[in-house]
Amino acid sequence: MAAYVVRRLFWSIPVLVALLLAVFLLMQAIPGGPFDFAGERSLPEAVIANLERRYGLDKPLHEQFANYLKSIVLEGDLGPSFRQRNRSVNDIIGDSFPISAQLGILAIGLALLIGIPAGIVAALNHNRLPDYVASFLAILGVSIPALVLGPVLYWLFALKLGWLPVALWGAEKPFFLGFLPMPTAKFIRHAILPTVALGTGMSASIARLTRASLLQVIREDYIRTARAKGLRERAVVVRHALKNSLIPVVTVLGPMFAAVVTGTIVIESVFGIPGMGKYFVQGISNRDYPVIMGVTLIYAVILVLSNLLVDITYAWLDPRIRYS
Amino acid sequence: MALLEVKDLTTHFHTQDGVVKAVNGISYEVNEGETLAIVGESGCGKSVGVLSIMRLIPQPPGDIVRGQVLFEGQDLLKVPEHDLRGIRGNRISMIFQDPMTSLNPVLTVGKQVGEALEVHQGLSTHEARAKTVSLLQMVGIPEASGRLDDYPHQFSGGMRQRAMIAMALSCDPQLLIADEPTTALDVTIQAQIIELVKRLRDDLGMAVIWITHDLGIVAGLADRVIVMYAGYIIESSPVKELYANPRHPYTVGLLRSVPRLDAVRAQRLIPIEGLPPDLIGLPDVCPFAPRCAHVMDKCWSANPQLRSVGSGHQVACWVDINSDGSHGL
Repeated sequence: MAAYVVRRLFWSIPVLVALLLAVFLLMQAIPGGPFDFAGERSLPEAVIANLERRYGLDKPLHEQFANYLKSIVLEGDLGPSFRQRNRSVNDIIGDSFPISAQLGILAIGLALLIGIPAGIVAALNHNRLPDYVASFLAILGVSIPALVLGPVLYWLFALKLGWLPVALWGAEKPFFLGFLPMPTAKFIRHAILPTVALGTGMSASIARLTRASLLQVIREDYIRTARAKGLRERAVVVRHALKNSLIPVVTVLGPMFAAVVTGTIVIESVFGIPGMGKYFVQGISNRDYPVIMGVTLIYAVILVLSNLLVDITYAWLDPRIRYS
Repeated sequence: MALLEVKDLTTHFHTQDGVVKAVNGISYEVNEGETLAIVGESGCGKSVGVLSIMRLIPQPPGDIVRGQVLFEGQDLLKVPEHDLRGIRGNRISMIFQDPMTSLNPVLTVGKQVGEALEVHQGLSTHEARAKTVSLLQMVGIPEASGRLDDYPHQFSGGMRQRAMIAMALSCDPQLLIADEPTTALDVTIQAQIIELVKRLRDDLGMAVIWITHDLGIVAGLADRVIVMYAGYIIESSPVKELYANPRHPYTVGLLRSVPRLDAVRAQRLIPIEGLPPDLIGLPDVCPFAPRCAHVMDKCWSANPQLRSVGSGHQVACWVDINSDGSHGL
């Protein structure tokens, strides 16, 4: 297993380089450049030329890309931000990554915590009231995008009822392990609405998948064997059915991590949370090349790692899958 | 008193196309230590009949319409779920047709075999493990202690069925129900499994209900045979009597379609013409009439009841075919 993990990590390097190259070229293809405007005014030609020379943008593209890779590999330096003077991309990511990670983990946690039990309840009450209620809510949850749910939530709970803060993020440094905050009241109050907005849709699709999968597993011969053994219904479901039925659920967790990444970008903009997504969007509109590249790289690394995690979980759930 | 007494057991399935009458008022007894074979072709209700005994029919769509299943005088169709669980896997246990799908792929064999011990005998995980090793040895799995942590996919088909048997016998049941346990196995493994069950039956003194569609394996195994067709018992007899003197045209047909090693010269097998009837909307006439060579007008108007034709031998047929084949069988 260890050898497998090392090999997977090694092969992710060319993937990341290819991805960076694609983003680099696409970015250059967007019209305009980072120094077209300073506030409301446009800069004189000569100033732009000076700035471009300073940041190496006058060099040929292949040389720029090679220099960028070199500084990442040799110094771990993601470069300076073109638009936020005195801040490097490392600083920006260092500040914003823990916040995005907190939001993403909370949303996935909420999705699993609601989705799996809801799916189980629906499947065990197949074609009865709890099934209809859960299935209806799941359809609703799948159909409402976070982009709609977010504003509805803060309009209702923050503006109308005033129960929860409208925007921003309540986590305070220091973070445990670099990203886990203290669960203070402030953090929780700020986290509820964005987490629900992001996690609801995912919990709905997990619930639907868990339900369908469990309904299939519960008809398998080995479930009959377990019942014939005289096990309680709860033991039959928990010990014999659940692990089997979670295998397809784990399969969609990979794409779901990707959905969380794009989801945080939307939710951070909606709730004004200073996470990576916010800087990503700003970076694109400002043509702040190093910020775009750096944030993309971090997102890509997260996806590579989460897919690896999914595959390892897969092997843990299903002993027929073994990596060597 | 018989160990198990099934009376007028009737199980239907409610489907979109209509009510499937899978089992239609079957009655039989199994005495302690006795082996009963239930034979019949696919879809004749033999599996549903025994699954109904343990209430293992999915309900819905299944529905045990009426009947009694008296196990040591207690009606299993009426006992509370909790009490039934105390009987399942403990005093009555089952082995199933396909060992490939009857074991849980994500749990170790040792865990699955030992589970009933923990539930019914209150053994600790550790004690159950030790007992599991001896159970696996009993059913002939070599180096049993090293195979407890294997998963089912690491076992061959025959070994899995052995593990299933070990699981079923773990609590010394009084009745073992074997639902076509050798159908999915190749012939040599089949013979091994049959020998194994026979040996364990004699050692442990348990009663066995053996379901099969293969009359060839019944002779050396069973004390009595029940032949089922379209959810009805159409003949019931001691095993020797059935082979020597079959009284139902369907049984005769079944016996003719078994290849014989002692045939004088190579003979063609004689199949039973036609197909079993659709169990949806089954009319109350003899279900075998459309395929029967001896069909009379009466067969189309009323369904014959079981009647005694000899010592312990019953048949449900309007025609009295004799063993000398006077009806040209």
